[in-house]
Amino acid sequence: MPAICLCYEVHEPYNLRRYTVFDMGHNSLYEDDDRNCDTLLYNARACYLPTNDLFLKLIKRHKKEFRFAVSISGTALDQFEQYAPEVIDSFKALAATGCVEFMGETSAHSLAFLYSKNEFNHQVKTHSARIKTLFGKKPITFRHAEFIYNNDLAWALKDNGYKAVLSEGADHVLGWRSPNYLYHSLGLSDMRLFLRNTSLSCDLDLNFSNQNWDSWPLTSEKYATWCHALSNSADIINIFNDYHVIGLRHPKESGIFEFMEALPAAILAHKDFHFLTPGEIIKKIPAKGEIDVPGFISWADEERDLTAWLGNDMQKDAIHALYNLADRVRTIAAPDLLHDFERLQASDHFHYMSTKWFSEHLTDRPNPFGSPYDAYITFMNVLADFEMRLAASERAVKPKKSLPKASSTNKQTISSSRVKTGKKTNPQVK
Amino acid sequence: MRVLMLGWEFPPHISGGLGTACYGMTQALSKKGAEIIFVLPRISADGQNNFLRLESASGTQVSEAVNKRVMMARQDIWQDNVRFITVDSPIFPYVTPETYSDVLHWISNSTHITHSSIIQNGETFTYHLHGGYGPDLLNEVWQFSSLVAAIALRESYDVIHVHDWMTYPAGMLAKILTGKPLVLHIHATEYDRSGENINHHIAGIERAGFMAADVIVAVSELTRKTVVNNYGVAPDKVKVVYNAVARQEAARYYMIPQRIRHEKRVLFLGRVTFQKGPEYFMEAARLVLDRIPNARFIMAGSGDMLPQLIRRAGQLRIGRRFHFSGFLRGEEVDRAFAISDLYVMPSVSEPFGITPLEAMLYDVPVLLSRQSGVSEVLRHALKADFWDTRDMADKICAVLRYPRLSEEMVKNCKEEMRSIRWENAADQLLSIYHNVSGGH
Repeated sequence: MPAICLCYEVHEPYNLRRYTVFDMGHNSLYEDDDRNCDTLLYNARACYLPTNDLFLKLIKRHKKEFRFAVSISGTALDQFEQYAPEVIDSFKALAATGCVEFMGETSAHSLAFLYSKNEFNHQVKTHSARIKTLFGKKPITFRHAEFIYNNDLAWALKDNGYKAVLSEGADHVLGWRSPNYLYHSLGLSDMRLFLRNTSLSCDLDLNFSNQNWDSWPLTSEKYATWCHALSNSADIINIFNDYHVIGLRHPKESGIFEFMEALPAAILAHKDFHFLTPGEIIKKIPAKGEIDVPGFISWADEERDLTAWLGNDMQKDAIHALYNLADRVRTIAAPDLLHDFERLQASDHFHYMSTKWFSEHLTDRPNPFGSPYDAYITFMNVLADFEMRLAASERAVKPKKSLPKASSTNKQTISSSRVKTGKKTNPQVK
Repeated sequence: MRVLMLGWEFPPHISGGLGTACYGMTQALSKKGAEIIFVLPRISADGQNNFLRLESASGTQVSEAVNKRVMMARQDIWQDNVRFITVDSPIFPYVTPETYSDVLHWISNSTHITHSSIIQNGETFTYHLHGGYGPDLLNEVWQFSSLVAAIALRESYDVIHVHDWMTYPAGMLAKILTGKPLVLHIHATEYDRSGENINHHIAGIERAGFMAADVIVAVSELTRKTVVNNYGVAPDKVKVVYNAVARQEAARYYMIPQRIRHEKRVLFLGRVTFQKGPEYFMEAARLVLDRIPNARFIMAGSGDMLPQLIRRAGQLRIGRRFHFSGFLRGEEVDRAFAISDLYVMPSVSEPFGITPLEAMLYDVPVLLSRQSGVSEVLRHALKADFWDTRDMADKICAVLRYPRLSEEMVKNCKEEMRSIRWENAADQLLSIYHNVSGGH
């Protein structure tokens, strides 16, 4: 009785504007509001609203036999609330059917787990609470930004009350094993691990509208046949995709909506097949074994590692500089600083700095700067201004007599305090 | 494959990028088995090369019979296009309002060089050409074409390949006389050299050449667009073949003197003329010096805008941080690259622009104007619009402040440089030759 496990990532980043050295210290508006708004409205019309309508229709048509899971990032929620609240409503309507599971992640779509456990725990807890408020249920399945995973993450999630986690079915992790079974994390028999069926997922992800692909055009019957072929060798078939796949990466004209509309019927035509969400699967299907993932894996590129975000020295420099400030920001706890600090953690900022040859940006998620170098320059300029604001708040909280108050000498005090505290709060960065 | 190539510059007879490009290109072509006869207006004894045959047009004997055919062919070429009247003209490339009056003066004081250079010898005659870009350039171009016609009829080859407008009349003549296909290579158009105030005489020659050519080769998409938009050439006729650098390693290692090691240096190297955008470099420097007072800016090169820029530096009170090195040659150029932390090319119009590639040989990161052909091939360079001096200044500041930035750029550029080779350009050219000559 194989279960089709459809899971979707919903993420929209707040992209930075071209923030220059001349803005530093003068204004602290980092984001390109106009462009972010335009992009979101476009994406809502092309993808989120029509797709949610379609899914709602499919759930009704198939009498709740069509089921799937989504994980919505905190920045995507922020943007929906800010620019297109009707998208939130459409997700709420899906939640009300009981057929859609809302998964957890970090609120900032961040890589905080790699650099600051405090920051990570904080972001997981706030996001979890927000999902419960919006969609009614506390999430029990976790999907880290970019499907990043390792053994340590499983332990950290256990502490946060999660029961299952999704990641990539990377060859070097699976070895001879198949992604089509349920596993559990190393040493944690109650933390279930779902590994993506890379080939079936990528057919929808990248190949669907590729006219040079030998299986083009892909019909739902053809796709269902591939799934049905696994009936004797699978408990679950994990198809994890970006929501953008429907309507953005593959535009309406490619026939993606017709494909999705016909897919449930095609899959359910085989009596052994049904749709289940991860939260349902862990109650019904036993784990087949333990998977050891000592190093980080992700769903990116061919390597399925972290090099899309941390592959070069600019990326490392930027992220180290950012997380060096983590403790200081949490200590000061000024709302505006906390807000900006979370926004700067979005993994997208680091992805834009990637110089990997094969890490070309997808058309639906373009690099707003066009160049990794411009992305780095902008991020570092923003961070420099952020650090000035942080230092200013620190001085305001703890006025020291020894520090001169005159504004003309402020420059010196900023730099000296930066050096001191910067060194003290280093330990988390390796 | 035998090629009759016509050029105006070739090392050591060189005054700009054209000669350097011709050298790299012909060297790679001959490595791939092409036999090249390269005709220059004139060559000196030390100009011979082991990979091609250099021919001097100057002094070539033109017989009466040849001259008659030349006259006939010329009529065919020019009657529908432009009329070619030889005059002593003060109009030649790179003239500016400031230098125009000097040139006029020079012409009125000189005797008629052009006519005195004809040497009649019974049945045959010849011209003695000066080469270079003198005030009698248009006339020399005219004479060059007659002399080339004599060479063209004498030699055997499969393709005629000509570089820039000075050689177009000669190329067209050779094509008419011999029926061989004409490949026309554009390193710069009149619009690149003069902006919108073009010399219509030269643009007319260019247009006639573009129409007569079998294939046009442009050094970048940018140039291709200029040719299609400003000259009305059919887009299919224009192919892009990017330039490259001949050397893949820096000539030698230069130490940065102890006393200036704590500072950062930003370099401009090129002609100090309008189209190279030196004033934008200076404006950006002013903005950078507000933020990073101990940066240094070096402007290497000379040109008609130099005096006005020196005055401007004084006006801005940045003279102690903004240095003019004058025209550099040979090893001085290498040294200038080697001690720089950033090379900036803010060109207003640059069909290709080979100097950034030379900077990269010395592991110097580069900031290019988007209005340059070379920015199409370099992914790992910073880019800015030449007029956006704030953006330019922001990027200069970033390179000077964030060491990881230049390290990453240099690392990736080295990788990228491996694919920017004349061998690749030669392959493309050879396939163009094969197509036009019907696969000889």
